[in-house]
Amino acid sequence: MMDATNILKEAFDKQNGAGGNLAEYQQENWNMFSGLGLPAIKHEEWKYTRIRNVFTDKLVINNDNNLSKDALEKLILKGTENANRIVFINGRFDATLSNTTDSAEALCIKPLEAAAGDEDANFVNINLGHSQRYHGDGINALNAAFANGGVYIRVNKGVSLDNPIIIYHISDSSQGLRFSQPRILVNIQEAAQVELIETYINLGGGETLTNEVVEISAEKDAVLHYVKLQHEGEKTNYAGTTHIRQTGKCLTHAVTVTLSGAIVRNNLNMVMEAEHGESHMYGLYLLKGNTLADNHTIVDNAMPHCFSNELYKGIMDDASTGVFNGKIFVRKDAQKTNAYQSNKNILVGENASANTKPQLEILADDVKCSHGCTIGKLDEDALFYLRARGISAENARSMLLHAFAIDIIEQIKNEEIKAYAEQLVAERLSFNI
Amino acid sequence: MLKINNLQASIEEKEILKGINLDIKPGEIHAIMGPNGSGKSTLASVLAGRADYEVTGGTVEFMGKDLLELSPEDRAKEGLFLAFQYPVEIPGVSTTNFIKSAVNEKRKYLGLEPLDAAQFLRNMKEKMKLVEIDQSLLSRSLNEGFSGGEKKRNEIFQMAMLEPKLAILDETDSGLDIDALRIVANGVNQLRTKDNAFLVVTHYQRLLDYIVPDFVHVLYKGRIVRSGTKELAKELEVKGYDFIKAEVDQELA
Amino acid sequence: MHEENDDILEQITSSEYKYGFVTDIEADEAPKGLSEDTVRFISAKKNEPAWMLDYRLKAYRHWLTMEEPKWPNVEYPPINYQDIIYYSAPKQKIAPDSLDDIDPELRKTFEKLGISLNEQKRLTGVAVDAVIDSVSVATTFKEELSKVGVIFCSMSEAIQEHPDLIKKYLGSVVPATDNYFTALNSAVFSDGSFCFIPKGVRCPMELSTYFRINAANTGQFERTLIVAEDEAYVSYLEGCTAPMRDENQLHAAVVEIVAMEKAEVKYSTVQNWYPGDKEGKGGIYNFVTKRGICAGAHAKISWTQVETGSSITWKYPSVILKGDYSIGEFYSVAVTNNFQQADTGTKMVHLGKNTKSRIVSKGISAGKSQNSYRGLVSVAKNAGNARNFSQCDSLLLGDKCGAHTFPYIEVKNNTAVVEHEATTSKIGEDQIFYCNQRGIDTETAVALIVNGFAKEVMNQLPMEFAVEAQKLLAISLEGSVG
Repeated sequence: MMDATNILKEAFDKQNGAGGNLAEYQQENWNMFSGLGLPAIKHEEWKYTRIRNVFTDKLVINNDNNLSKDALEKLILKGTENANRIVFINGRFDATLSNTTDSAEALCIKPLEAAAGDEDANFVNINLGHSQRYHGDGINALNAAFANGGVYIRVNKGVSLDNPIIIYHISDSSQGLRFSQPRILVNIQEAAQVELIETYINLGGGETLTNEVVEISAEKDAVLHYVKLQHEGEKTNYAGTTHIRQTGKCLTHAVTVTLSGAIVRNNLNMVMEAEHGESHMYGLYLLKGNTLADNHTIVDNAMPHCFSNELYKGIMDDASTGVFNGKIFVRKDAQKTNAYQSNKNILVGENASANTKPQLEILADDVKCSHGCTIGKLDEDALFYLRARGISAENARSMLLHAFAIDIIEQIKNEEIKAYAEQLVAERLSFNI
Repeated sequence: MLKINNLQASIEEKEILKGINLDIKPGEIHAIMGPNGSGKSTLASVLAGRADYEVTGGTVEFMGKDLLELSPEDRAKEGLFLAFQYPVEIPGVSTTNFIKSAVNEKRKYLGLEPLDAAQFLRNMKEKMKLVEIDQSLLSRSLNEGFSGGEKKRNEIFQMAMLEPKLAILDETDSGLDIDALRIVANGVNQLRTKDNAFLVVTHYQRLLDYIVPDFVHVLYKGRIVRSGTKELAKELEVKGYDFIKAEVDQELA
Repeated sequence: MHEENDDILEQITSSEYKYGFVTDIEADEAPKGLSEDTVRFISAKKNEPAWMLDYRLKAYRHWLTMEEPKWPNVEYPPINYQDIIYYSAPKQKIAPDSLDDIDPELRKTFEKLGISLNEQKRLTGVAVDAVIDSVSVATTFKEELSKVGVIFCSMSEAIQEHPDLIKKYLGSVVPATDNYFTALNSAVFSDGSFCFIPKGVRCPMELSTYFRINAANTGQFERTLIVAEDEAYVSYLEGCTAPMRDENQLHAAVVEIVAMEKAEVKYSTVQNWYPGDKEGKGGIYNFVTKRGICAGAHAKISWTQVETGSSITWKYPSVILKGDYSIGEFYSVAVTNNFQQADTGTKMVHLGKNTKSRIVSKGISAGKSQNSYRGLVSVAKNAGNARNFSQCDSLLLGDKCGAHTFPYIEVKNNTAVVEHEATTSKIGEDQIFYCNQRGIDTETAVALIVNGFAKEVMNQLPMEFAVEAQKLLAISLEGSVG
């Protein structure tokens, strides 16, 4: 099988030929991508994750879009009918299917291409591509080369949104291995509060490959609750970066839930550029079959007095693989940093495996940092205790696994999304009390 | 109710129980006493079915069934309850949900309808008074961050909820102050009927002031070496275990 | 408070390296640089058999195809491998037949270092192999050891006297091709120690090797091989120092341990190579590969290291847990000060069933130094019931240093239990104040706290070494609080 070079080149030439506000930016990134190529497993950051192998000449890249509004309604998460809705079809923002329920004074959603040429151009200039300082690899550059299909979101100063923003990524895999590259840039202004949720849908039952970059900047006193919910089935390949900058003292909170996929790679960055910032990162990967889920997180403490807390949990059944890499950087001047990280894994399947690398890099002395990780099986004593109370071995196992997993789900702030995720987790673990 | 006949058990090929014989009838309270390392807790664990122990000989009959053939959960559903010496902390599992599911699993086993939420709550409120346990404790994760006394009370509370035929209390008195001990004992005494039985495993006579046994057995080196009434416990209190050890060691020699 | 502590820090970081003297002794040296001729020269100097020369040449040719590793978290200017002297031996007037014939200058050197080569004067039963630059100059207690069948001699002697054992075991744990520095070492190693503990023998005394770099511009490439047959036991100690010199010197050693069924090997190191001066000038590049294999069931290998010296340390004493029920341990205290850089840790490779490993690493950084823990715990598919516990703690003294932790954990068996914990902290001012309030000065308080921090590891050292190591810790760090 051939690699994807020709297909990608053709697609790039076609879209960049049209020019536009982002043409130059895209060309730079295409050049960068051409130089770097896709990350191979000898790249330390991609040691366990063979995403490159998915990039073959079978990729389907086009802007075909046959989804009707009625068909879309059937895909909407229950109880979220009032949400601000952003729809990506095959990696490109679709304004007609999207819908804003908060007022225009509160929230602005528009194509990234437009934002790059209007009053938001300055913000775009500064923030678009900021994640490349942390992920200077070819796959990020490849997404940037197609940035003009992206969306720009601005939550205005002092606004606390009435409704969450839910981003639906819909990939049509009926024509073959669908390749989508969504790009999202979010501007959360001073003292604004927002719930941002991303979810993914595979239509057509075929294979997909999604390469996403989300860049968020949160100003002073802003509050962000971010959720990424991945459960689109076993034929999905995904590599994505969510990059969150705190430019003022604020609170950012992220929950990443991965329930299925073929190869799933999530990068999550919290860049704490202001004093007294606070960040939380939670993750659950609940895997079966041959799924490989790889979570790479970075907390970069650049300024003093920041607090960060991180908890990722994995349950690996069958022949699935869980990968976790958590980096905590404490820069020279970031005194009084408190940074905590924990990664816990349970191997259930006989052919399951777990690879974890918690990493601390500390250059200031007056800090409190700790990390811990465990890889193990279910606690035999706890199992016995439950069974001694008359609970069957099978139920005891699902009870314990559920208890292990659910405290991540409980971190989701939005009640409807939380209930939905709870239901998915309970179903997966055959848990019912 | 429980007939133990020449029970032998070992852990990691080390023989701990070397032939235990014991007969417990409904309505009776038996106490097993003995010095540290005599096999008391092993006996409790083997009866509950802990996998670490291997039964190498003998039989145990419980309510007419071969107990050793049953899984730990089936033993529980048949009416055998072990109050753990070290109750396990299980983060994330709420105590209430845990007990509810235990109660309903047992009801299912007995062919009864599961309790609905209202019935269960009524039942729970009633039993909570018995062991003076607080509601707030029950909404927390199972035993997580509980004090020693709270853990033990939670064990007795679960016993009350599950209404076992035979309850084995494994060193339930260890680590309890006198007030907690009184509460625990009080709970046990109120749960006592002519149809159920208790096997109280303890190192000290102290607990037996509150839970008065019908029979006292002394376990030493994996065997019951003396059996008697509560007077035997009193004697042990005064003389300590050394006099029995000396006598037995002499007999064995 | 701050200023006062800074003063003390200043005082301490300027404390002198006390092993920095040079012994004035004539040396027999190879010409500078490395080529096949150098390899042949070394082999010829030692009258080696053809198979040994072959082994060296193969390693050398492989080395030529390799690149220096770039992944460690250390920085240094490129090493010019042609600017190093690969062989330097103190010239002795005659080859010493007995310990009494050793050059008095050399004897004095070792006396100064606190190592007595005089068997009668040794109060404690420790056998010593003394290695200076490229050769072993003396081995004590050989006869006494041979009575119980223990072989303890220099590597050069072992190649001559025990070729079958060397052929069988040399390179069996660390192949010449393992990495850049093992290939280099395999080509040019000049001496080192060989220990063989036969079946069922508990070695009656501690064995130790003392390494000393003396000559300028030389590299030291020693080779240690320890073989413990079934049910054998040995405790082995290693110490090292070097003179203060402005240029960097390369030390690339290889240590191999083989532990057969139910054998136990305890290997302790107090590494005190010259760390360079306050400005970061000079010092030893300590690029070492140490690895043991628990080849049989119930075997145990335990590494303990106290690393205070060297300008750069790159070292991962590892255990391959092949035998069922085998045990690997790694206890480490790594102290870095001034401009020192350490990238050190361990690998525990679980292959057999019911294998256990334990890692305790305590990193202490002061001055402008960088201290990294790098470790791997891997559990193979068939390593049922494997257990590992790792604890990696870092202590920072001052705000110009760095502490880094890179633990890799890879598990492919669902009955394994692996736990890793790590913390980073500084000495609390409240801790120091509490000591001060009880009448303990800041300098002592810091030593107290650092020793407490490192205690779990120090406790693993044999008595012989524990005292020396504690003093060393205090000297390297006392009072360094920023």
